[in-house]
Order: sequence, then structure tokens, then C-alpha cells
Amino acid sequence: MSSRQPIKNQHQEQRLFLARIITLGVIIVLLFGLVGVRLTQLQVVNHSHFSTLSQNNRVRLEALPPPRGLIYDRNGVLLAENRPAYQLEVILEQVDNLQDTLDRLSTLLDLDASEIDRFRRSLRGKRPFQAVPLKLNLTDEELANFAVNRHLFPGVDVQARVARHYPHGEALAHVIGYVGRIDERELARIDSRRYAGTTHIGKLGVERYYEDQLHGQVGHQKVEVNAQGRILRVLEREPPVPGRDLVLSLDVRLQAVAQEALDGMAGAIVAMDPRNGEVLAMVSMPTFDPNLFVHGIPVRTFQDLRNNRRQPLFNRALSGQYPPGSTLKMLVGLAGLEHGVIRADRMMFAAGYYTLPNDTRRYRDWRRHGHGWVDLDKAITQSSDVYFYDMSYRLGIDRMSEFLGRFGVGEATGIDSTGERRGLLPSREWKRGAHGMPWFPGETLITSIGQGYMLATPMQLASISSTLAMRGQRVRPHLLRGVLGEDGEELHVAEPEFPPPVQVSRSEHWDQVLIPMEHVMHRPNGTAYQSAGRDALYRIAGKTGTSQVFGLADDEEYDEASVAKHLRDHALFIGFAPADDPRIAVAVLVENGGSGGRVAAPVARKVMDYFMLEITP
Amino acid sequence: MLNGTAEEHGLGRAIVRALHLDLLLLGGVALLLAMGFVVLYSASGENLDTLYRQGVRVGIAFTILMVMAQIPAHHLRQWSPWVYAAGILLLLGVMLFGEVGKGAQRWLDLGVVRFQPSEFMKIAVPMTVAWYFADRPLPPRFLEVVAAGLLVMVPAVLIAKQPDLGTALLVAGSGLVIIFLAGVRWRILMGLGALALVAAPVLWHFMQDYQRRRVLTLLNPESDPLGAGYHIIQSKIAIGSGGLYGKGWLNGTQSQLEFLPERSTDFIFAVYAEEFGLMGVLLLLSLYLLVILRGLTIALRAQDTYSRLLAGSLSFTFFVYVFVNMGMVSGLLPVVGVPLPLFSYGGTSMVTLMAAFGILMSINSHRRLLA
Repeated sequence: MSSRQPIKNQHQEQRLFLARIITLGVIIVLLFGLVGVRLTQLQVVNHSHFSTLSQNNRVRLEALPPPRGLIYDRNGVLLAENRPAYQLEVILEQVDNLQDTLDRLSTLLDLDASEIDRFRRSLRGKRPFQAVPLKLNLTDEELANFAVNRHLFPGVDVQARVARHYPHGEALAHVIGYVGRIDERELARIDSRRYAGTTHIGKLGVERYYEDQLHGQVGHQKVEVNAQGRILRVLEREPPVPGRDLVLSLDVRLQAVAQEALDGMAGAIVAMDPRNGEVLAMVSMPTFDPNLFVHGIPVRTFQDLRNNRRQPLFNRALSGQYPPGSTLKMLVGLAGLEHGVIRADRMMFAAGYYTLPNDTRRYRDWRRHGHGWVDLDKAITQSSDVYFYDMSYRLGIDRMSEFLGRFGVGEATGIDSTGERRGLLPSREWKRGAHGMPWFPGETLITSIGQGYMLATPMQLASISSTLAMRGQRVRPHLLRGVLGEDGEELHVAEPEFPPPVQVSRSEHWDQVLIPMEHVMHRPNGTAYQSAGRDALYRIAGKTGTSQVFGLADDEEYDEASVAKHLRDHALFIGFAPADDPRIAVAVLVENGGSGGRVAAPVARKVMDYFMLEITP
Repeated sequence: MLNGTAEEHGLGRAIVRALHLDLLLLGGVALLLAMGFVVLYSASGENLDTLYRQGVRVGIAFTILMVMAQIPAHHLRQWSPWVYAAGILLLLGVMLFGEVGKGAQRWLDLGVVRFQPSEFMKIAVPMTVAWYFADRPLPPRFLEVVAAGLLVMVPAVLIAKQPDLGTALLVAGSGLVIIFLAGVRWRILMGLGALALVAAPVLWHFMQDYQRRRVLTLLNPESDPLGAGYHIIQSKIAIGSGGLYGKGWLNGTQSQLEFLPERSTDFIFAVYAEEFGLMGVLLLLSLYLLVILRGLTIALRAQDTYSRLLAGSLSFTFFVYVFVNMGMVSGLLPVVGVPLPLFSYGGTSMVTLMAAFGILMSINSHRRLLA
């Protein structure tokens, strides 16, 4: 090594190094001396000053979390409450024989191995005389069992905490949502001072949307603590301001009827008051128990819910996007009338299929041999596809797309909940942007019968139904009816919001699409007459829809029996009642339900019957 | 000098020798670790789980010490530039793909282990600067000082940008001290010092907001008693109220009543000072000084330039740890997030420290074998 470095003078370098090491050593000793001086200054010179400060430090500031606001339905039925939840806690230092205590406890209440396991693990990380929870959420029976025998278990006690509870459980999971433990992402988002002492936060639905109102204002108290940190007395107290109580427009009984009407089928129902936008029922089936999420859902249970093929966690009413099918034919008809493409009384011959000029492709009608001679009334009543193919070809996609947009197709309704999706209103510009392709004339035809690219949520369909019912007056659907005042009495009613209305040049154009909707229900050739309209005691306006889940070749026949269940058509219905003075607008979707007339319309009828006549099916 | 013949007696010492360990260094470290456990028990609120986890870390770290002690320094020297290059790549990796923890990008997720490359650089940088000077005639010329300075500053700046000022400071210190030990002339040193004074305002400009706040808080902690100043105020109260003899083990009100933040990690010294008083503090300082001086002795007795410089740097880095931590906890220095070595709860720095002690022991014990 050294031979390669003739100029390296080992001896001189070593001397230099020694000098440097000594210098370094001196610096180190001096700096340590500085630390010593500093600590002497703190601990000896200023000792009494800091000693006083330390004494005064026995006063501690504690946060008092506010009780969360309650949620009621429109009739004052409690939908979300704060309930004491009882848990069994153990102070290890006061227990004589832990194993014996656990053995005797398990004869009184249901203690499973995983609970004992978790308990033993949390024992390791505890402070002296700290109570460790053994079993959460005692049932009333377990509580009573233990209370009677409490004297036999020194060191074991019941603690009450306040926990959110949803008495209607599954029925309202998709509307109200739930609260859960504040997670890391939320921790970064919220004001940690406002949430001091609070463990739960709204995760979904109304609980999430109205978090600000429901949460309230945190309070504080100054307490004196002893050397063990136990509170000796409260010196000063600024009580928390409870969260505001909400009253929803929902009618929980109507909700139950609607849920029942679906009879176990997967789907969604939205019912609203077209006059003010109040949502009366919003159902998405299947559903789940929101109470599971409040205390932290076990991983297994959550995975079962998430991987469930029927997707109970998915809110179909707001997040489900479906081809609207024939339910939007009135809108297309109205566009035709407004642009002078059709006249309501002019007949055309609707065969079993339609072809574009210079094209051999056949655009088929749902009825094999067509509907014969039809005018607009019959085209809606019997849902002729060919009539609308012909009209839309002459109307063109640009005018049709613009007119559907006026009703809010492809635009979120802005409902006061979470997870709402926008659906899709196809247009020439949209297709160029999304697919980089020009618009083909054939796509105009299938758009006119609500197929192809077009998508809508059940909530949007209810909103469109409401706009039809009000002859163009739109209203933003909302779940909040009002907020209770701080005295718990006064109701601050939420003001309805009215987006720009759909205006038509001649008022009779409304009649020309709305009267056929009554014929759908009440004329023997109507698509919902047999299944839903025939024996109704009041006038209903409605429209059925059946939307394809998968495409058929133009020479193929759709045969319900031979198609797998998950590929079967979606059944849809929109409508309102009473037809001459609408008070309820409804949209129904049944996933893979088959025919809209046979399956979806009777569901809507049951909901309307209860609302109109209080008849329970 | 200190051990010479004395060490050749007894079976225990023979084993220690065979394992390439150093009794004095090992004894000092073990004593500090033992005291650390005693304080941690109190600081964590008598939490046995915390002690258990710290015990596991010490076990792992001690294994690494044993391994490092078996590797002769000339091997380390050959690996130095590669280790350095790998470290720089990892730092760039953290910048691009790193996991964000507590607002800073320091972690690299390698699937099995989460890894903090900046910690690794605390050893890689001194190894490389020592390697750079090893075969050059000393004292170094000006250009060589600049080159070595670049070797130090590149990783230091990368780490400071994460942002992790505490580790950047330690890495920079570990490299710069080698330039000093290599015998850089005093006038170059003075010139660089003057340059640093000029550069300070520029550095201020590049600091993150929270870093500036810490410096300002140091100058006047009472200006923000519930925010950034809270740590310093509470820790000064803890230390000051401890007095000459302390409040006694488990009786520190500041720490037991949870007024003191981060009392198991960066501020554990305040717990110690509160419960054991100035007497305990002086004992602790002496122990740390013993370990540091032992390290410097090993550096002095090392037989080649590389070992000498490396041993000197590792001992000095250990000192910087102790000084910066005690300085920040007692309000002498800004809060920069440096743990108290062998005391603070936490795994990453423990492993690096013990690896450094392993290297020191190897330098000491492989000496005669090489000669």
C-alpha cells in the first residue's frame, strides 16, 4: 500500500492526527461542560422558579366532547340516537386471581376466545390501575346478570359510554349512513381542536353530509389532578354545545313499505314530493346494518359484506348508474314537439324494425311485429320504439341531447348526501372527448330509447319524474326537512331550491306527453295496466322501461328464460300521483328484474298506495 | 495503553477478545442501555409492552454490533464507495417513491421491511470520506477538501429536503469532522467558517416553515406557549423542578401527568433529569464522556489512516447525538428531532449506533492481527 504512495509521510500524519484528536477531545469536554452549566442553571439556580411552575402544572385542561345531534324522520320518529353502551372493564391490580375471575365471568356472559385474547394483549400495554375493557357492548341480559353478581368480582366493573345507535338499522343504512372511528385521513382534514375528545365522525350519507351541524361545539374544563393523575376537583367549566338535531323529510313507514315492496330483489326506489323536493323514501337493496360500523366492524364481517356478490354496501339509489330505457320517451317526445319534428296527432306506421337510409342494419322494436299505425299518445302508451327511432333520426343528437340536459340528465341532482353520481348524457362533443370518435346516426336511435351510452341514477329518474309532474318546474331533491333549534322545539325549515325550469313554447305540449302517461296505467293497452294500473283508486301517470344489460345481434331474440340472471334486463318505472295534482313522484329500478311493466310498476304502485291511501300491501 | 496487558487475564476477557469486542466500550454501552430501560419504564407510564419492544430492538441491534465487530476495517474500506453509491440511490428512491410518515418522506418500503436510507448514511458518509483520504498525502490540499465537502453535502442536502434536519445535521457532522481530523489547514477552516456565516441567511431562506419556527421558538419560547414553544417550556419545567437530587424514580410529576410531550422518545432526557436531578445528570454525562473518549482512544491507536479517521468520526457523531439532544431538551439548541442515544424509545437509530460501536470494536481488535 505505502509503496504506491511515496509522498505519504506516515509519521508526520500520525502527529497531525494526534493533535487534531486532542483538539476534538477538548472541544467535546468543553461542550459537555456547557451542558453541565446549563443544567446547573436550570436545576439549581432557577430550581424554585421551575418548582413553582411544576406545582401549578397540576391544573390540566380537558376537552368535553359535545353530544352529537339526533336525527328524526318527518313524523318525529328517532332514526339516530346516542345510547349508553355498557362495557365490562377490569382493573388488574384489584383482581385476586385473573384466570379464575375470567372462568367465572364466562358462566355469566358470553365471552369468546378472541375477546379474551384481545384483553390479554391490551393488558401488556396498560398503566397501573388503568381499567382495561374486557367485553364491549353488553346486552341487557348480560348487564343484569353481572349487576346481580357484581360483589363476587372485585376489580371488575361496568362502564357506560355514549355510542351512536340506529334503531332502524338496515332500513336506513344508505340514507343516514353511519359514524365510525376517526381515521388518519380524516384526522388530517378536521380541526383537531373542534374534535378534541371526540372519537367518531360521520362517514357516509346524512351523517357525513351534515357533520358540521351534527357535531356541535367542544367544551373545556380545568381540573386539578393529584399525583396519580386522578381528577380532584373541577375548577372551571365551559360546557360543550350539543350538535343540532336534524329532521329529515323521510317517512320511515313509507321507507319500510318500499323496502318490503322490492321483496328481496336488488334495486332502488326513490319517492319524493315534487312540489318541494322533499325525499320521502330512498331505498337501496340489499342493505346492511350500519350499527356494525360504529364500534369498528370485524375484518371478516366487513370482507363478507364487501365481497358479497349482491353488493349490499353499494348505494344503488345514488351511485348506481343504469340505462334509463324507455322511461325518458316523454322527454324525447317533448323535444320532437318543441322542435316541430312531430305533431302529436300525426300517425306513422311502426313496423317491427327500423332502418336508416342506405343502411341494412335493422333497429328492432321490443314488440316483434311492431305496433302498426301509432301517434304520439299510442307510442308512449305502448312504448313503441320504432316511432321514436324515426323521430330521433329527424331530430338529431344535438337537439335531443340539449333538450334532455334541460331536465338534468347527466347532471348530479345535488341531493344532500354522499356518493351521488352524475349519470351520462351522450352528445357529439362528449363522444369525441371520451372515445375520440365521431357520432354515428344509429347511436341517435338507441339514445332515443334510453339505451347505448346514456346512464341515469334512480335519484335522477325520480327528479325527472318530479319535473314532469310539475310540468317543467324543477326542484333540488333533499333529505333534510329542517333543523331543530337549540331549545329543541323551533324548526328551521330548509328552503327548497328551484333550478331553472324546463320551458315549452305551448302548454298543450305538456298535455300531449303527460296524458299518455296516464294511459300507460289506466288503458288496457298501457304497458303497466295489467300489472299496476288496472284497479287503482286514484289516477297515476307512469312510464315503464326495460333496459338491456347486454346487446343482442339484430337477428337475435331476447328470451328471458334462457338468459343468465345477472344478464337479464333491468326493470324500471317512473311515475307520479295523483295525476292531476301530483304529491308524490317515484322512480323504481329492479336490477335484472326483467320487464319494467311486470316487475317495476307494481312496486311503485305499492309505494303510492301507502302514500295516498295508507294501504299497506 | 488503557488495556495492554490487563486484558490478557481471565477467561471472560479471552472470550471478549475472541469475539473482537472491547470491554470498556461494551461496559459503558451496556450501562447506558440499562439506565435507559429504567427511565423508559417511568417515561412510558410503566408500560411493560414498550420495554419489551425496546428489548427486542436492543437484541437486534446487539446482533448487528457483533457482526460488525467481526469485519476487519480493510474490508469496510473496499466497500465504502459502493455503500455510498447505494445510499445515494436509496435517498433518491425515497424522494421519488418514499412513504410519507408524519409529514416527511423518509421511509422506503421494500416489501418486507420499511427502511430509512438517511439512517444508513450516518455510517456510509464517514466510511466514504475516510476512504477518500486514506491513500492521499495529508494534510489535504484545498481542492481535495472541496471534493470531500461535496461527498458530505450531497447526501446531507438530500436528507434535509425530506425534510429531516436532525439526521442531516448528524450526517454532515460525521463527514465534516473527518475533513478536520485529516488535518485541513486552519486557514482553510477559518475561510470555510466565514463562508458558513455568509451562507446562514441563504440557508434560512431555504428552510421549511416549521424549521424556522423552531429556531424562532428557541429564541423566545413564551411567544407560542401552546404551539411550538410548548415542548421546550414543559421540558424546562421538568428539568428545573428536578433540582439537585430529583423527585425520585416514577415520581416526576411533569412526565407522569403527561405534561411533557414525546417523553419516551426525543424528550426522555427531561424525564431523567426530573426524576434523578443534577446528580443523575452529571453521572450520565460522565458515562457518555467515557464512551466517547474510549472511542477517540481507539482512533488514536488505529494503525492506518482509514481506520483512524473512521473511528474518530464515529465517536464524534455519537457525541453530536448526545450534545444536540441534551441541548435541545434543555433549551440551548432548537428542537431538531435527534434522539438521546441508547435511551430514547425507537428502533432505527439504535441499530445504526450499535453498528458504529461494532465498527469501533473491530478497528480496535483487528489491530494486532494486521500488523
